[in-house]
Amino acid sequence: MAEVIMPKMGDAMVTGKILAWRKKHGERVTKGEPLLEIETDKVNVEVEAEQSGVLHILAREGEVVPVGQVIAYINGPETAAPPPPAETESAGAPPVGPEGKPVPHPEEAERIKASPLARRLASQHGIDLTKIRGTGPGGRIVERDVQAYLAQLRPAEAPPRPAPAPEAEYEDLALPRMRQAIARTVVQSKQTIPHFYVTAEADLSRALELRKQLEEALGEEGRITVNDLVLKATALALRKHPELRSQIVDERTLRRFHRIHLGIMVATPDGLVAPVLRDADRLSLLQLAREARRLIEGARNKRLRQEEYTGAVFSISNLGMYEVTSFVAIIPPQQAGILAVGRAQERPVVREGRVEVRPVVSLTVSADHRITDGVGAAEFLMEVKRLLENPILLLMA
Amino acid sequence: MTYREAIRSTLVEEMDRDPTVLLLGEDIGIYGGTFRITEGLLSRYGPRRVVDTPISELGFIGAAIGMAMLGLRPVVEVMTWNFSLPAADQILQNAAKVRYFTGGQVRAPLVIRGPNGAGVQLSAQHSQSLESFYGHFPGLKVVAPATPADAKGLLRAAIRGEDPVIFLEHAALYGIKGEVPDGDYTVPFGRAAVVRPGRHVTVVSYSRMLHLALSAAQRLSGEGIECEVIDLRSLRPLDMETVAASVRRTHRAVVVQEQWRLYGAAAEISAQIYERCFDDLDAPVERVTGEDVPAPYARNLELRAFPDEEKIVEAVRRVIA
Repeated sequence: MAEVIMPKMGDAMVTGKILAWRKKHGERVTKGEPLLEIETDKVNVEVEAEQSGVLHILAREGEVVPVGQVIAYINGPETAAPPPPAETESAGAPPVGPEGKPVPHPEEAERIKASPLARRLASQHGIDLTKIRGTGPGGRIVERDVQAYLAQLRPAEAPPRPAPAPEAEYEDLALPRMRQAIARTVVQSKQTIPHFYVTAEADLSRALELRKQLEEALGEEGRITVNDLVLKATALALRKHPELRSQIVDERTLRRFHRIHLGIMVATPDGLVAPVLRDADRLSLLQLAREARRLIEGARNKRLRQEEYTGAVFSISNLGMYEVTSFVAIIPPQQAGILAVGRAQERPVVREGRVEVRPVVSLTVSADHRITDGVGAAEFLMEVKRLLENPILLLMA
Repeated sequence: MTYREAIRSTLVEEMDRDPTVLLLGEDIGIYGGTFRITEGLLSRYGPRRVVDTPISELGFIGAAIGMAMLGLRPVVEVMTWNFSLPAADQILQNAAKVRYFTGGQVRAPLVIRGPNGAGVQLSAQHSQSLESFYGHFPGLKVVAPATPADAKGLLRAAIRGEDPVIFLEHAALYGIKGEVPDGDYTVPFGRAAVVRPGRHVTVVSYSRMLHLALSAAQRLSGEGIECEVIDLRSLRPLDMETVAASVRRTHRAVVVQEQWRLYGAAAEISAQIYERCFDDLDAPVERVTGEDVPAPYARNLELRAFPDEEKIVEAVRRVIA
C-alpha cells in the first residue's frame, strides 16, 4: 500500500487545494498516470501515481489540505478493490458489530489530526472537524483553528441586520489565494528582517551604447535590456560581496551561498512572482538575456515549473517600465537583499564642472542589517554602479 | 539569607528545640562539612550529637536508621547523593519499609540530606540526579527545594515528620539568596507553588531547574508568551492537583528536569498530565531534560548535556506553535 500525500512544491507552500481527481475512487491506476491536479499558491500542478494499484481517495475535490497529509492510498496490485466510497457511509447508520458496538473504520487515515482540546471544543459546538483547516504542527487542528472557525460562523448566526443601508460604505472581498500568499510573505519579511536602504545613481551612457552596438552587430539575437545589464552587474557584484548572498539561519549561524541565483520580480495579473535566474554570474550576457526573457515570459504565462521559483539568494525588482524615479523594495524571505531599479531617464548631471544630459538610472538596495551594514551595502552598490558604467566588464566576465 | 544559611540555621534551631535531633556524616564535624553546612556545629553540640563518621555510607546510614527506629531523629549528610548508592539497600529495604512491615509500630523518622544533581565539572560519577530513583519507592518522602525559604520550611517539616525523607539539595543553589519568613514555619510536603502566573503555557520544574524556567519565562514574556511557572518542591508526595489546575487554564505544558529523560521525573509528571488533562491539552507535553549520556567532564560538553534557558525557551515555542 502506498500513500499519496499533498506534495510540497516550494518553500513557502503550507497547504494545497485539490482541484480535480483524474481517477475515480476504486479505479485501477498505473504508475506514472496523472492522479489529480492541485492548486498551490502560485501554480497548478499535476500529481502522478508513484505506484500501480487501486485508488482509494480520502480528500475531496475543492478541499484545502496541509502539505504532507495523506490524500489517497494506492493499494498493492494484489489487493482487492477497497470498500465503497465514504459517501454511502455518511448517508446511513454506521456499521454495527455483533455486540451492537460500532465497528471502527477500516482506514485509520481518515482520522483527523486535532488536539484533544480542539476536539472537545468542536464537539461542544457541534462542529464537524473535517471543515476546519489545522494550523498546528503537521496540520494539527488546535484550539485557535476551532475558535477562528467559530468566529467566522458567528456573523451567519447573528440576527439579520435591521435594513440594508441604501449605499454600503464598504464591501468585504475574499482575498485571492495568491494575494494571501504574498501578504504572508511580506509580513514575515518586514517583521523579521531589519531592512535598511542605500541609493545611488548610475550613468547608463556606455551601457546604452553597448546595447545599440550589440543589436546592430547581431540583430534580433543581440537584443538585451537594461534589466539584463543590471542582472549581470548584480551577479558579478555578488561574487565580490559574499555577505549579500547569505542568510541568517539562527542567532549563531550565517549561511553563505556559493551559487548566485537571482530572483526576478515579475508582475502578473494575479500578483507578484519571482522566477529564478540560476548561476547568473556564469552566464554570458547574451545567454543571460535569453534565459531572463524565457523566465519572465514563462512567469507571465504561468508556464514555469514550481522549482523555477525557488532558490534565489538575492533579487531584482524593476519598475523601469513606469515613470518611476526610484523606490524601495521588501527583501524576500531567506535572502540578504533586493535591488530596486527605477526608470532610466535623461537627467542633467554635472561632469567636470559642466552640466550634461545623461541617461541615469536610480538603484536602491535593501539589505538585511543583521548580515551587513551601510558600508557593506554601499560598497556592493558601488560595484554594481562601476560595472554598469563600464559595461565592457560585463562582457569580459 | 542564603540557601546554605537556611539549611544550617534550621539544623541549629531543631537541635536546640529537640535533644533527640543529631547529625551524622563524613567530615561534618571537625572539617565543617564539604559544603560548609555544619560549620561550627561540633563545638556547639559536641561529638555525641555531631558525629564524624568513617567513609562507609552503608554503615552510618544503617546506624542512623537504627537510631531512628529507637526514638532519635538523625539527620544524615551524604557528601553528595551519589554516595548514597552504597547505602541504597538500607534506605530502600529498611528505612522505606519498616513502618509498613510493623503495621506502624516502628517508624524511622530520619532525614538524609545533601546535594543532588550536577555541579561544575564533577564528572559522570558525581553529577547524577536521583529523585526518580528514590521517588519510585513507597515509604520514602522526596523533596527538592529551590529557594532558601523552602529549604528551611521543608527541612523543618522533614525533621519533625515520622517518615524517612530524601532531602535533595543542589550544589549550585547553596549560594543563592532569598527572603525567608520569620518564625517557626514549615512547608508541608506535597504542595507545589505557582511561582509565576501566566496564561499561555505551564512550565513545571523543581530545584535548580526552577531558576532556569523563571529566566526563560522572563525572556518569553518579552515576546508576549506568558508562562505559568510551577515549583513542585516535593516529588513524593507529588502535587498534581496544582499542576493539573494550571494546565486546564493554559492547555499546554513543558516539564523541566536536570536528570536523564528515560524514566525521569518529567516522564511521570507528563503521564499524569495526560491522564488528568487529556481533553484540555492543545499540544503534546514537552519535556526538557539532560542528555542521555553520563555527565561529561569537559566543561563545553557538560554545558550541552544539561538543560539551559535556551532549551526551555525552544520547548515553550514548540508547544505554542
